[in-house]
Amino acid sequence: MKADPAGTAGSAPLAHKRPLGDRGFQILALASGLLVLVILVLIAVTTSQQAASWFSAEGLKIFTNNWDPATNQFGALAFIYGTAVTAVIAIIMAVPVSVGIALLLNEVVPYRWSRPIVYVIDLLAVVPSVVWGLWGILVFAPWIQHIYASIASGVNGIPVLGFFFGSPTSGASFFTAGIILAFMITPIVTSLSREVIATVPQIDKEGAYALGATRWEMITGAVWPHSQGGVVGAVLLGLGRAMGETIAAALVIGSSATITSRLFAPGYNMPAVIANQFGEASGVFRSALMGLGVLLFAFTIIINVLARGIVERSARRTRGA
Amino acid sequence: MTAVTVPRQAPDLREPKGWRRSKNRIMTVLMLLSFVLVIIPLGFVLFTVIAKGASTISWQFLTGSPIPPNVLPAGIGGMWPAILGTLLITGLATLMAVPLGILGAIYLNEYGGRNWLAALIGFMSDVMTGVPSIVMGLFIFSIWVLHFGYSGLAGAFALGCLMLPVVIRSSYEMLRLVPDPLREASYALGATKSRVTLTVVLPAALGGIVSGALLAVARAAGETAPLLFTILTVTTANPNVFSGANTSLPSQIFSNASQPYTGAQDRGWGAALTLIAICFILMIAARFVTARFTRYSR
Amino acid sequence: MEQPEQNVVAQTETVLPKPAALQDTRPPDAAVSTGATVFETDKVSIYYGSFRAVTDVSLTIHENEITAFIGPSGCGKTTVLRTLNRMNDLVPSARVEGDVHYRGASLYAPGVSPISVRRRIGMVFQKPNPFPKSIYDNVAYGPRINGIRNKGKLDEIVEKSLHQAALWDEVKNRLNKSGLGLSGGQAQRLCIARTLAVEPDVVLMDEPCSALDPIATGRIEDLMHEIKSQYTIVIVTHNMQQATRVSDRTAFYSVLRDEKSDTRTGVLVEYGRTAQIFEDPQDTRTQAYVTGRMG
Repeated sequence: MKADPAGTAGSAPLAHKRPLGDRGFQILALASGLLVLVILVLIAVTTSQQAASWFSAEGLKIFTNNWDPATNQFGALAFIYGTAVTAVIAIIMAVPVSVGIALLLNEVVPYRWSRPIVYVIDLLAVVPSVVWGLWGILVFAPWIQHIYASIASGVNGIPVLGFFFGSPTSGASFFTAGIILAFMITPIVTSLSREVIATVPQIDKEGAYALGATRWEMITGAVWPHSQGGVVGAVLLGLGRAMGETIAAALVIGSSATITSRLFAPGYNMPAVIANQFGEASGVFRSALMGLGVLLFAFTIIINVLARGIVERSARRTRGA
Repeated sequence: MTAVTVPRQAPDLREPKGWRRSKNRIMTVLMLLSFVLVIIPLGFVLFTVIAKGASTISWQFLTGSPIPPNVLPAGIGGMWPAILGTLLITGLATLMAVPLGILGAIYLNEYGGRNWLAALIGFMSDVMTGVPSIVMGLFIFSIWVLHFGYSGLAGAFALGCLMLPVVIRSSYEMLRLVPDPLREASYALGATKSRVTLTVVLPAALGGIVSGALLAVARAAGETAPLLFTILTVTTANPNVFSGANTSLPSQIFSNASQPYTGAQDRGWGAALTLIAICFILMIAARFVTARFTRYSR
Repeated sequence: MEQPEQNVVAQTETVLPKPAALQDTRPPDAAVSTGATVFETDKVSIYYGSFRAVTDVSLTIHENEITAFIGPSGCGKTTVLRTLNRMNDLVPSARVEGDVHYRGASLYAPGVSPISVRRRIGMVFQKPNPFPKSIYDNVAYGPRINGIRNKGKLDEIVEKSLHQAALWDEVKNRLNKSGLGLSGGQAQRLCIARTLAVEPDVVLMDEPCSALDPIATGRIEDLMHEIKSQYTIVIVTHNMQQATRVSDRTAFYSVLRDEKSDTRTGVLVEYGRTAQIFEDPQDTRTQAYVTGRMG
């Protein structure tokens, strides 16, 4: 609580009740803060209401792979699968790069050179999702389609590789969406990892150097044990972002509601199908898309709560140590 | 007594032989490589947008109206409706979210202190920054559009919900940095808490708060998903933000991106360049404000 | 600056009353050796950017002795200590002029690797800084990065180092527990064990007991006496009694104030056998410090 002598007015002769304006301001501030909680609750309530007819029509069948609006079938497993697959691909690619950049900025690069690198990361963050999608579908996908085709023709028939990377291939596919998502979540994972790595106490690092460690040995010995919790939290946050990123995915994922192990094949995910089909939907169809939104909300809230919790706990442990 | 020194060979203090030095070097190279891996796609995107968009951009493009049907080539009509839409809707969202966000941050830092409610609000505000933007769009659709129809206002609500937690977090960080002695000096002169906050604390943190707000605006200006179900997408300018469907730059880019017609695609690139320019200007402005007007920083 | 050994007791009784606290309390067998030269600094000055932090330090550190650096705050004793194992390299603006020789080899010559230097010249810090790993992994860290992977050999080294640091009995049953769970004194002994595990030649100590209670301090001072025969120790300390308890030689640093630029530069005032520094200081500044007139 910030110092507030006015609040401790007792029975001194100059005491008076707090002026109305002052009280009013406090209420206003409190109300603005509460707005956050109110909005979150309202989101949950109103969207669930709208999705109710889907939940009651399908029940547990929402988790089947059976999506056909024409015949009123709304099993959404293909989209859940696609969300998971693209998010995982994005994380696998983005995390080593982001942690690498965070270590680069904190441990390797002298302060003067770190500013330009941070500018580049900020620039990466400011590119809007729709521009990534535009570039993705008009430039990147046609180009990478050739690479997919050559890889697929090379591995078709080989046990594990063929399973993931065999035909069919398409420029707009799970993998392309994963790559674009990786570009988009790198800034947030990098900046959070940086914050975590920066809290490692200097004397721990000196302790490692004093034993004759090289810089990499110092990082694995002194920095990493302190920051691994926080980095896990940052990765989870990136995962949440990747799951919810809509427009770029909608443009480059291929819009095909199929479950397949072939990562170069076209697919679909939850936010993308909502974006693409909500306009023409009505009745149970619309309710189903709304329901996908509810699922998405629930998943991302859980992941975010977990992630923030882990980061908090790790920060507390480093401070207390 | 004189020192008796036993002659001894001078120790070898050169690099330790073997893999340790190479491992260190390899890891350093990998870290540099990860940065390069990020520059490459960024460079490609910016280069492509500038190259393809520049040829479409013209005064006519920026101010012409209405947005022509997809089949027509670039050069006819213009993107003014979308630009107007982006400015109006993002502006309205900013007017709603920024004051509320600052007030929320004031509650957290000045009034809330350590109590459980402030901790909960702070935590959930951070969690809220992770809510997908499309969910915000669905939310406003359910609670507003279904009753009052599509409008720029609905879009502004959706963008505002996105911006609110971001503004709260960045304003809170700035307010925290204002040193207590400043507050105490004001109290000692007999000011009430609200007066202290408004006349001393807020001005001291203002540079950082404005900078954070500008970055939130830049993010909102580029969002498409929340606008899909709240403003629809039309092709004529609609200056009345409170009623009737509207359009925006990101919405136009989205609908043009999946078109096979070169005219539509050209317009898409032009709109993308315009949008990136707007976001870029906001980002530069934020940096400028931080450099010149921020008194307290970490 | 070496003074020839003299019987100084008779002289001091007529010049200064001998304070009771400065009795020679070292164990009687701690004869002062004058062995090989381990460090020789020749007019060393240390700069941070253009600010001269320490000026013209010339001294010789001898093998198997404990040398203490004493002096008021800000006089550069820690800076000089960190120059001996190239830890000042970690500060980007730090610069060393003059020469530092370690057993005949120049520490700052081109081609010298700080990593090799630090393997031979270890350091214990003011605030105990165990890694957030198990006790075993803390001590094994040094040997592991030097390429020792064999579990049996590592077990041996860990046990030996913990014995040397007088910590083995207290932790032998919980080697897998985190090093962060130890008390201050134990944690510092863990850091000492960690340093000894790489079998250095020299152990530098930067106020190792300033964060510890008197009992923990006493144990570390006993430790220092026990390992002295195998290592050379240089210790920075704020505590004059500690210097008289443990060290063979003492270097007294002070501060030169430059009125014009309002800067303070550290300078080595006097260096000699501990008994002589405290009982018969040659410089008035030394005298003022050790008799408590200056803090």
